[in-house]
Amino acid sequence: MLRVAYWPGCVSRGFTPELHGSMARVAPLLDIELVQLDRANCSGCGVIAEHNQELADTLNARTFALAQQVEGAELMMNICSTCQGAQSECQERLDASAEYRAHVNATLAPEGLSYEKGLTNKNFLWLLVEELGLDELRSRVKRPLTNLKVGPFYGCYIVRPRKRLGIDADTPRDHYLEQVIEALGGTVIEYAGMRKCCGFPIVTMNKEASLKQAGRHLGDAVDADADCLVTPCPLCHLNLDLQQPAAEGVVARELQMPVLHLPQLVGLALGVAPKELGMNRHVVRPTSVIDWSTSVVGAAA
Amino acid sequence: MAETHRPPEQFKLRMRRYDPESGEAPYWDEHTIELEPHRSVLEGILQAKARFDGSIGIRCSCRAAICGSCGVRINGEPGLACHTHLDHARASAKDGVIEIEPMGNMPVIKDLIVDMDAVHWKKIQRVTPWLLAKQPVPEREYVVAKDAMVDVTQSMACIQCGACVSDCLAMEVDPGFIGPAALAKAYRFVGDPRDDRQRERLVDLSEDPQGIFDCTHCFKCVEACPKDVNPMGQIMRLRRIAISDQHIVDANNGERHEAALTTLVRDYGLLHEAELVPRSYGGNSWFGKFHPAAGMELLSLLPTAIKAIARGKIGIKLALFGHKIPAADLQAVKRIYQTVEGRSERYELNLYISGEDEDERTPVGVAAGGTDGGEDPAVAGEGSAS
Repeated sequence: MLRVAYWPGCVSRGFTPELHGSMARVAPLLDIELVQLDRANCSGCGVIAEHNQELADTLNARTFALAQQVEGAELMMNICSTCQGAQSECQERLDASAEYRAHVNATLAPEGLSYEKGLTNKNFLWLLVEELGLDELRSRVKRPLTNLKVGPFYGCYIVRPRKRLGIDADTPRDHYLEQVIEALGGTVIEYAGMRKCCGFPIVTMNKEASLKQAGRHLGDAVDADADCLVTPCPLCHLNLDLQQPAAEGVVARELQMPVLHLPQLVGLALGVAPKELGMNRHVVRPTSVIDWSTSVVGAAA
Repeated sequence: MAETHRPPEQFKLRMRRYDPESGEAPYWDEHTIELEPHRSVLEGILQAKARFDGSIGIRCSCRAAICGSCGVRINGEPGLACHTHLDHARASAKDGVIEIEPMGNMPVIKDLIVDMDAVHWKKIQRVTPWLLAKQPVPEREYVVAKDAMVDVTQSMACIQCGACVSDCLAMEVDPGFIGPAALAKAYRFVGDPRDDRQRERLVDLSEDPQGIFDCTHCFKCVEACPKDVNPMGQIMRLRRIAISDQHIVDANNGERHEAALTTLVRDYGLLHEAELVPRSYGGNSWFGKFHPAAGMELLSLLPTAIKAIARGKIGIKLALFGHKIPAADLQAVKRIYQTVEGRSERYELNLYISGEDEDERTPVGVAAGGTDGGEDPAVAGEGSAS
């Protein structure tokens, strides 16, 4: 049993509740014990850091300190690419300077909290590959995703900058989605937009440019013959799924591309019913995925 | 010189060739060159040009990552050909063949040479890239506090190679976006204490729909830059100064969006998504949704919202009231805001300038570092498994 200090983020409990729900459903099947950080705050998704860097660093240091208090937890886990990126950025500064860390900890002191350098904070994707292991994941698959063509969509915050996120030849975290899709028995569809931006950060500032990005990547995936996309980022999911009808209008083509959260894809392969994974809650119904999985279940019986 | 001498090896180069004047389509051209593995991709290209095909177009000069002439894409990633070792390039190649293409977002003049004038330099000119000095101009040199200038040295490290422009994802969908290189250059003057037009510059860059708020925060430029200029970081600083110091409220919702998100996290501890959109359009208060601009946007979002509610994706209660962290924690968050925002000056640690502490980074598990706070009985309830 892997016990983790679990930071679900805001959007996974807000506008994409199926993400947090499916994570909670899937965790026991992978022997992951989620100790939820109910008291922790929003990572600021880069916007608070844009407003005031020290404020973002302090707010995230608070989350890290709370995670470090969870007894027996081996690491902190998140399910949001954006949280991963925003938190890694703050952690990079906090870990780089003892003086700065002391300065930030002084602000946390009245609450009895203090962040100690060296937290391990991993997105569920990284944890799957690095802690659980692909072989272990493969051995737990009950319903392999045979013939399901899945396009990875990472989200910027979890692939760049490489150095901050610990991506190199030995830890190719920017290729983990492909590895996980394969381990689950699916077929990886590579397409131009898989590591590009969904456009969400500018959706209130330049809606057309934002949705053009989402629409273009979805279109690329359609052209590459993907059945669905999978993403570890709920904010990407908002632009790719919730806003997909609007994106269709901007790029003037039909898309109808289902977008799955990472725990949903894992859950499907582990034999969980699509409805239990909240897949009925998407704006673009993942019909192609669900029809496919039921037919496989039927075939196996 | 390499520390240990390694004999020359063969490397395969696959180059994108294109001559717009020929009327022919672009094509791939492969050559095998022989060089020591630590030599640069540029040297490889030049050997192919010398030995096999003199018509290969590549722009270069210093061969030492100073002049910024030889920007290309190597295995799909932007960088300087003279600053990339052949063995590293081969290691990152999909099939062992080093793939070299011209940079993106700019028209190709020939083969690996792109038209920097048509895009990059136009954008640089757009930001008035010179000092508009405070008056009166001193008779001799300016005397400026050392710290004040250190702040802009990072953006001054730019060698104008265009690598960041090549892969800017905002520019990919919105070619008019001023872009990372030019905005980093803009910060070089906005952050210069001798410049007299900070406010005018920032009003201009904030109000331009393709200005600082058009950056999609994708980190592509941060990754692309061979000189660690961190263009996106400079854009964030432009936003910060425009909003927090100059109090510029722009027509692109940039200021309102930042204010709304920052305030919502202060008041809820978590992001209240349903409030973010109306406040970003209509103003940063609960009443923002009644502003005509917010009304228009909300109306356009209505079909999406209805669908999301019908699917059970978004609950009515959540949409109306948001979600909050426990009261005691919310108090703690508010206190953090008060303390940090109450400082007379913003504290900004820039690792480019300060560097990291010398002790090495040793990642350990979260629970490995027992903290003083861990003994606080008030936080014992944290361990509620979901």
